[in-house]
Amino acid sequence: MGNQTATNKQLTEQPWLDSTAQPFIVIENVSKHFGDFVAVNNVNLNIYKGELFSILGASGCGKTTLLRMLAGFETPTSGRILIDGIDVTDVPPYWRPVNMMFQSYAIFPHMTVFENVAYGLRKEGVQPAEIEKRVADMLELVQLGGYGKRKPTQLSGGERQRVALARALVKRPKVLLLDEPLAALDKKLREHTQFELMNIQDELGITFVVVTHDQEEAMILSSRIAVMKQGGFIQVGMPKEVYEYPGSRYVADFIGTVNLLEAKIESKDGDQIVAAAPEMANHVRAYTDLQLEVGDSVCIAIRPEKIYISQNEPDNDDDDRVAGVIEDFGYFGNLSLYRVRLESGRIIQVSAQNRRRSVERFLEWDDKVFLSWRVRSAVVLTA
Amino acid sequence: MNNKRSPFIFSVLAFGYAFLYIPLVSVIVYSFNDSRLATVWGGFSTRWYGELLRNDQVLDAALLSLRIAVTTATFATILGTMLGLVLARFGNFRGRTLLTGMITSPLVMPEVITGLSLLLLFVSLHGLFGWPATRGFSTITIAHITFAMAYVTVIVRSRLAAMDQSLEEAAMDLGCRPLRVVFDITIPLIAPAMISGWLLAFTLSLDDLVISSFVSGPGASTLPMLIFSKVRLGVTPDINALASIIILLVSLGVVAAWLVSRRMQKSLPSN
Repeated sequence: MGNQTATNKQLTEQPWLDSTAQPFIVIENVSKHFGDFVAVNNVNLNIYKGELFSILGASGCGKTTLLRMLAGFETPTSGRILIDGIDVTDVPPYWRPVNMMFQSYAIFPHMTVFENVAYGLRKEGVQPAEIEKRVADMLELVQLGGYGKRKPTQLSGGERQRVALARALVKRPKVLLLDEPLAALDKKLREHTQFELMNIQDELGITFVVVTHDQEEAMILSSRIAVMKQGGFIQVGMPKEVYEYPGSRYVADFIGTVNLLEAKIESKDGDQIVAAAPEMANHVRAYTDLQLEVGDSVCIAIRPEKIYISQNEPDNDDDDRVAGVIEDFGYFGNLSLYRVRLESGRIIQVSAQNRRRSVERFLEWDDKVFLSWRVRSAVVLTA
Repeated sequence: MNNKRSPFIFSVLAFGYAFLYIPLVSVIVYSFNDSRLATVWGGFSTRWYGELLRNDQVLDAALLSLRIAVTTATFATILGTMLGLVLARFGNFRGRTLLTGMITSPLVMPEVITGLSLLLLFVSLHGLFGWPATRGFSTITIAHITFAMAYVTVIVRSRLAAMDQSLEEAAMDLGCRPLRVVFDITIPLIAPAMISGWLLAFTLSLDDLVISSFVSGPGASTLPMLIFSKVRLGVTPDINALASIIILLVSLGVVAAWLVSRRMQKSLPSN
């Protein structure tokens, strides 16, 4: 986290740590009301040049409304939006230095691939010869060289996605907005496209703002993630921060899977706490920066992959541990997921890499097992 | 239920087709009847078609009907498209509900009422401004536009509702001004709906008897009006010939509309 002194390299790669850096996009006290419904509630956010920023949230959290306000399709009820130092709050979409890739891709069905990509340049009044060149270069970049004469109906889903990307990028926008860019692609193609998108972003240096409900997509793509809930941000940070140091139960649960245990602090020594968790039979230890008192109720969060599962009782007292019985498990090939029932009846989820190659199962139903984890893996949450 | 078609369903189908098409087929068959009596078969002949072509009254009426139908279809398509756009794309403006209701009212209003009210309008307009001086082409066309426009509006609006609105937003995002978007994106994509709207308006105008009868004046007879007045004096074989030609024209129109709507479905993106 932020307590180590940042080096210069870190500051160029992570400008949000630098208090003197100028943000590229400023969202200032922005709210959007639709009648009585508050879609976006007094949001503040700085996005820096060259970032690949993701806004992550469940459907209906206001993320799409926020993106549409950046594109200019919605006007904020209050607040302002600045892009590259210019107030664009009331600038219509056709004058904004921003382009958008729509969730449906919105490829014009009556135009060829070339005409689709050239459309924005024609509206700008670029010379035909230059249009020809820029469109060809852009199609090359998205690996659609030679596709210019095709009609959209002759394209696969992945190709349509790349046409949409080329069409939005060819105008060299200051900011590219992407609405659920990979949602319409199948899993294999999605993984491939994720990296392609990152490479293109890296090559062009354009600031990307992505809206998605897919936490995996956000984790892989982004420089930073903003988790949105009910029209507001509940946590903004790098993917690792958001995953490893969630600020609330909602974030911990929304991003990845997590075991949440209710507990009460029994003793405190510096930043280490010992808490009684009734579901766990014994005490749970954890480290936290939060200012907490003995007797406070907290929630301890432990990720399934941070837990070791074994049949022999571990003798390492530095780790916390608990005994249980395997209730259920799922085999995923690369890893196995176990649901372990503790004596209290509480189910704990554990995931384990399948390192050994074997068709025989290493653990079976009703096997008695021990779960253990490093004390540093336990996260203390109050919200 | 089994997969074999039950004889009951087959007979219902046969009966339905028979009910619909035997009258039409008999009209076509009797149009080639040599006999002067329309209901007695007197051998094959095409003489009534020839007679029809020499009948100035019929030709004048047919020409008037076609002129009215083309003008009606064109104006109804332009106005109906504009209305469809306003209703589908301009959100909730004041009086939207009222406009929606008014647009669809010609679809359910009895023709007699529509005809009568338009006649009263034209008569009082004549009294106030001296226009229309005579009732004929212009009054019939205006009357036809009023109801045909409603059909076009409904067709265009449903096509717009099915169309992905982000296409228009994408054009705007790429730097296109809103009015230009209508011509660049919206109209090319709703063109099939506009064409089938035009064809429907054309057919409706060509068919109309009741409203035309109300708002036409002396000397201006459309084809349906002429047929109706002739039939009142008894069915003659040349009417059969005329009816056969109309059946042929309408069938061609229906096939054209079907082809257009099939293309419309194909051109819709398949995602």
